[in-house]
Amino acid sequence: MKSLIKIDPRNLPVLVTLGLLVVMWIVGSVSFIGFFSLQNFFNLFIDNAYLIILGVGMTFVIITGGIDLSVGSMLAFSTMLTSSLLEKSGWNPWAVVPVVLASGLAVGLFMGYIIQTFELPPFIITLAGLYLMRGLCYVISIDTIGISNQAWQDAAHAQFNIIGNNFVSLGVLIALAVVVVGIFISRSTKVGRTVYAIGGNEQSAILMGLPVARTKIMLYGFSGFCAALAGIVFTLYTLSGYALNGQNMEMDTISTVVIGGTLLTGGVGSVLGTIFGGLVYGTIQVLIVFQGTLNGWWTRIAIGFLVFLFCFMQRLFEARKTKGKKEIKAATVAAEAG
Amino acid sequence: MAWLKSLTQRRIFWPLVALAVLMCFNLFFTPHFFRVEVKEGHLYGNVIDIIKNAAPFMLLALGLTLVIATKGIDISVGSIVAISAGVSAMLLGGDLGGVPKNPIAFAMIIAVLVSVLAGMWNGMLVSRIGMQPIIATLILSVAGRGIAMVATNAMIVWLYIKPFAIWGQGYIFGLPVSIFVVAGMFILTALATRRTALGLFIEAVGINPTAARFAGINAKNILFWVYAFSGLCAGISGLIVCSTVMSADGNNAGLGYELSAILAVVLGGTSLNGGKFYLMGSMVGALIVQTLTTTIYAFNVPPEIAKVVIALVVLIVSLLQSFNFRSMVAGLFGKKVVA
Repeated sequence: MKSLIKIDPRNLPVLVTLGLLVVMWIVGSVSFIGFFSLQNFFNLFIDNAYLIILGVGMTFVIITGGIDLSVGSMLAFSTMLTSSLLEKSGWNPWAVVPVVLASGLAVGLFMGYIIQTFELPPFIITLAGLYLMRGLCYVISIDTIGISNQAWQDAAHAQFNIIGNNFVSLGVLIALAVVVVGIFISRSTKVGRTVYAIGGNEQSAILMGLPVARTKIMLYGFSGFCAALAGIVFTLYTLSGYALNGQNMEMDTISTVVIGGTLLTGGVGSVLGTIFGGLVYGTIQVLIVFQGTLNGWWTRIAIGFLVFLFCFMQRLFEARKTKGKKEIKAATVAAEAG
Repeated sequence: MAWLKSLTQRRIFWPLVALAVLMCFNLFFTPHFFRVEVKEGHLYGNVIDIIKNAAPFMLLALGLTLVIATKGIDISVGSIVAISAGVSAMLLGGDLGGVPKNPIAFAMIIAVLVSVLAGMWNGMLVSRIGMQPIIATLILSVAGRGIAMVATNAMIVWLYIKPFAIWGQGYIFGLPVSIFVVAGMFILTALATRRTALGLFIEAVGINPTAARFAGINAKNILFWVYAFSGLCAGISGLIVCSTVMSADGNNAGLGYELSAILAVVLGGTSLNGGKFYLMGSMVGALIVQTLTTTIYAFNVPPEIAKVVIALVVLIVSLLQSFNFRSMVAGLFGKKVVA
């Protein structure tokens, strides 16, 4: 057991995020009447369930040093596929869910395979995925498809009381399940260890005999799966499918992961941090709504500023850590050159 | 066959072949594709349209080529386009009578200056703080659109100022004005990078920043100014976009442009691994992307489905650049690839 007073520097960014969240809630509660309520806190989860799910998948990819830009379009595709199968093809919901999830998994695995096998930059391949999935949305339909399926409607309107009359939606329960699975994988499985090892140093991970290629491909698959699941949760939230859903959501997702303390250079990060990042994102939106006069676009500016702040902070930590090493390295290089 | 070999070894050869293939396809399958008429004193037709529509991408690609040559990336250019369009539109004002609030030149210069500042911000994060380029520019790509929306009060500003329209809609010698702007910027950039040592410095930083520093190159300053230059290009591009549609929509102006521009640079033969750049290739790359889009539209395919085709092109081009893929294909034919 680690002692609680001694803080592992690796956990510092997560603690900063948590502190930020608490401060934002205190400021909100003091400034606005009706801000501080359990239901308002639960609403944060209800409104951002899909973002949290996307974040879990993205966290793993980013810890290995990769990136997945396709999640926003994948979410849109998933909402389109779900609503079209339910409404136009009249499928049973129990058949729709596995098909949609499998499609996300398959697209993710395919991208992962290409990135890994042909040693191509994840940035470019998932960018192609972004275009591809967005385009495929329009192949399904150009218009919004409303969902009138009774089972889906019931699921969307279901409320689960937690404390008193405060409730959460089905989407929140799904998101929490994904979070639990994510935390379990990252902390208690071989795959989780491999993920951190790859992010730390891929060459070493290969030399240690870890299944690097397989793990990386699997993670892109998992991210695609999460995006498809997030799409299903999104249809429960909006009860429709629309090809323009989730535009720029890949950027929002990456932002929540960064705010959650995951290093984009790989090797460091946690699923738990990403949840806090998502909650910070949601809280900014709620604060702006309560404030009333600022328009919603300030959310983006605030998020951009937070990403900057966190990256800057991380750079400072890194600089302090590697300063000693760098001086030795520079001296060695200079000696060799001279 | 020696001349053929020397021809195919030129970097510009393959992008040009791709463009030619697209053009040939259109020659056979798209009626009247190459028809150019004179209407209202200027040239008019698909080919002219392609050049005109490609102009904003060509400018972005110009800046991005240098950024990518330093092994960087700038995903904020789309947002900078929106900022530039928003700032110029707000300074000009949406007066229905067409009377600008401020002199047009003043509005344009301020818009470009703001864009350069945005680029310098990126450059500072990358060169001084040492952030990864993709993250550094992610910040502005998220916040930039917010800034553009706040600048325009989250409204679409419509402009009715005739003289401003010339940049996006005007013609000189029958050709769109915007293409002269692109040509001017291209010539200046080419001269600055190829007639001086600047181009070599940029490539050196892209290959190995540490080695470049030991060779006496101020790698930090090179990085800083390359991003500032990308901001400059995006700013000018934003003015042309704004002038073409005579409105500034902070939400949609330049949306997704960064991706098309990166595609143009990669198609032009500049590697994302840095160290080498081909300005002319990027220009041809932008033309390829635009020709492809126009071709798809000519077949009455909804614009959004065009994205599927572009995605496949990105995939194929990336695969062709991959050594592993080429050896795999060569393996199928029993040959060995020499690296």
